[in-house]
Amino acid sequence: MLAFLVSSIRLGMAFLFGSTGETITEKSGHLNLGIPGVMCVGASCGCFAEYLYLSEAGPNANYFLAVFIPIIATMLGGAVMGLIFSFLTVTLRANQNVTGLVLTTFGVGVSDYMIAETGAVYSKGSRFFTSSFPFAEDLGWFGEIFLSHGILIYLAIIIALVSSFVLTKTRVGLNLRAVGENPATADAAGINVSRYRYAATCIGCAIAGLGGLSFIMDYLNGNWEYCIDAIGWLAIALVIFTVWKPSVAIIGSIIFGALYIASSYITGVSFASKEIFKMLPYVVTIIVLVFTSIRNKRENQPPQSLGLSYFREER
Amino acid sequence: MKKMNFHIVKREPMAWYKSVLVRAAAIVAALLVSAVVITILTGKNPFEVYASMVSGAFGSSLRIWSLLQNTAILLCISLAVTPAFKMKFWNCGAEGQVLISGLATTAVMMFLGDSLPYPVLLLVMLAASVLAGVIWAVIPAFFKAMWNTNETLFTLMMNYVAIQFVAFFLKYFVKSGSGVLAPMPEHGLPVLAGQSYLLNIIIVVALTVLVYIYLKKTKQGYEISVVGESENTAKYIGINVRKVVVRTLVVSGALCGIAGLLLVGGTNHTISTTTVDGRGFTAIMVSWLGKFNPVYMVMTSFLIVFLQRGASQVSTDFRLPSAISDIVTGIILFFIIGCEFFLQYKILSAKNRKEND
Repeated sequence: MLAFLVSSIRLGMAFLFGSTGETITEKSGHLNLGIPGVMCVGASCGCFAEYLYLSEAGPNANYFLAVFIPIIATMLGGAVMGLIFSFLTVTLRANQNVTGLVLTTFGVGVSDYMIAETGAVYSKGSRFFTSSFPFAEDLGWFGEIFLSHGILIYLAIIIALVSSFVLTKTRVGLNLRAVGENPATADAAGINVSRYRYAATCIGCAIAGLGGLSFIMDYLNGNWEYCIDAIGWLAIALVIFTVWKPSVAIIGSIIFGALYIASSYITGVSFASKEIFKMLPYVVTIIVLVFTSIRNKRENQPPQSLGLSYFREER
Repeated sequence: MKKMNFHIVKREPMAWYKSVLVRAAAIVAALLVSAVVITILTGKNPFEVYASMVSGAFGSSLRIWSLLQNTAILLCISLAVTPAFKMKFWNCGAEGQVLISGLATTAVMMFLGDSLPYPVLLLVMLAASVLAGVIWAVIPAFFKAMWNTNETLFTLMMNYVAIQFVAFFLKYFVKSGSGVLAPMPEHGLPVLAGQSYLLNIIIVVALTVLVYIYLKKTKQGYEISVVGESENTAKYIGINVRKVVVRTLVVSGALCGIAGLLLVGGTNHTISTTTVDGRGFTAIMVSWLGKFNPVYMVMTSFLIVFLQRGASQVSTDFRLPSAISDIVTGIILFFIIGCEFFLQYKILSAKNRKEND
C-alpha cells in the first residue's frame, strides 16, 4: 500500500508539471495540443544534457550541477517548442489545434530519434534525481510518503503553488486571465495580448518539459524504453479534471497517478481486465468534463476564448 | 505606446497560380531547412537522402500501390472529419472512431466469419463498423449540443477509451494469450482484378465525390457552413443548431466507420492498438490544409503520405532511426502552416499605408 502511494506520487508529479504548464498556457487562451511533444523534447534535452555532463565530469560529478544542468536544458528545450507554437499561432495566426498536433508529431520524432541514437544510457544520471533526504528512512511511513522523493517532486509542488498564487493573486495573473477570457477587452485595457500569449506559452512549455524529465529520470529511473506522449495527453486531461486550478492539480495528479498504475497493483483481476482499469483516468476526465459543463458554474469553465486566435484587425 | 512601423491587412483572394507559387516556395524552404537538419544530425548528403525519398514512394509498382492505398485511407478519415470541422466542431477523435469501428469489423469477422454466407457477412461488417463509428462520434456531439461540453477534449479522451477497449479485446479473445490476432484474409473485403487495394481506392474516390456534393450542393451542407460561420445567424434563420450538430457527427462517425472497415476488412485483416497509427490526427491537418475542400484534400493527403513513405525509405537506406521521418514531416508541416499567413494577409510598411490611404 505504501509502495503504491509512493509510486502514485512519483508518477503524479510528471502529470503535475505537464498540467501546470498547460494551465498557464490555456489561461492565455492557447489550447496547446503539442504538450505531449513538448514533454518529449524537454525530456530529450534534459537527458542528453545530463549524459554530456556526466561523461565530461566522470566520477567527480557534483550533485548540484548534475541536477541543475538538465533542468535548465529541459526548460530551454520546452521553451523553444513554445516559441515555435506561439510564432505560428500568434504572429502567423495559424490554427491552434493543427499547430499543436504538428508540434506533437515533431516532438515525438525528436525524442524517438534521441533514444535510437544514444540508447537508454540515462540510468547513471537518474540517481541524482531519485536521491532524497538522508534521514527519510528513519521516520517510518511519514518519511516514506513525504521525504523519500527526489528533487523534481518538490519542484513540481512548488511550481504548482507559485503558479496558482500568480494566476489568482497578482496583477500579472489577472491580466493573463483577461487575455484568455476576452482578448479584445484586454487589448482595449492596454494589455499587450501578443506578449502575454507568447510569454504564457513559452513558460508553460518550459514547465511542461520538466514533466518529461521527471517521468524518465525519476519514475522510470532513467530506463527510457517507451514513448511519453500518453503521459502528455493525460496531463492535458488533468487540466480539465482540476478545472484549471494548479493547486487542485497537486491532489489531482496523485489521483491520476494512482489510477494509471492501479491495474498493476490490484490482485485477483484477470490479465485482460487490467486493460479496462487503464481506461479509468480517461473515463473520469470525461465525467468531470460533462459534469462541469452541465453545472455550468462560472468559475469552473474553460477560458472563454480558449483555442481562438486574436486578430486585432478583425474585431 | 511604441509606434508600429508596419501594418497587417487581410488581402483579396490571390490568383490561383500565385497561391500555388507561395505554397511551393514554402515546401522548398522546408526541404532546405530539413536538409540542414539531416546533415547536422547524420552527416549524410541531403540530396542523396531526398533521392531515396522519391524512390521510397515511387520506386516500384508495389510501392506505388502502397502509396495510393495509404493516401486513400488517410483521405477517407480526412473526409470523415471535414463536415464536423466546417461546423467548427473540433473532432479530434477520429483516431478512436476509426479504431472502434475497426474493432467492430474484427469482431464480426472473428465470430460470424464462418457461420454467415459471404455477401451477408460483408453487409453485417459494414453495418457494425458504421454503427460503432457513429456511436463513438455522437456521444461527444450530444453533450456538445445539450450542454456545450468542450468537444476537443471530450473526443481526445474517447480515443484512449477506444484504445483500451482494443487492448482488452486482444487480451481476452485471442486464445494463445499473445495479444496478437492472426490476420483473417479469408473474411476480408473482395479483391478486385488481383489488386488487393483496388477496392479501397475506388470506394474512397466515390466517397470524395459524395462528400464534395454533400458539402457544396445540399441543404444540409449549407446548414453546416452557416452553423460554422455563426451560430447566432443560424438560430436567427431558424436552423436547429443542436440537430445539425448531432446529425453532422452522425455523418462524420459513419465515414470513420467506413475508414475502419477499409483498414481492417480491406487492408490489415486484423487489429492492434496501433492500427490507425496517428492517422486520426494527421487527418485533421489534411482537412485543414485542404481548406475543408475534398478536392484539395486529395492533394494534401497525397503530399503527407508521400513524405511519410519517402522518409521511412530514407531511414532504411541510410540506417537512420525511423523517427527521422517524423522530424522531417513536422518541419515541412510547420512551413506549410506558416505560409497560409502570407496567402491571407499582407504586410504594409507605415509609409506604404499612407500612400494607400
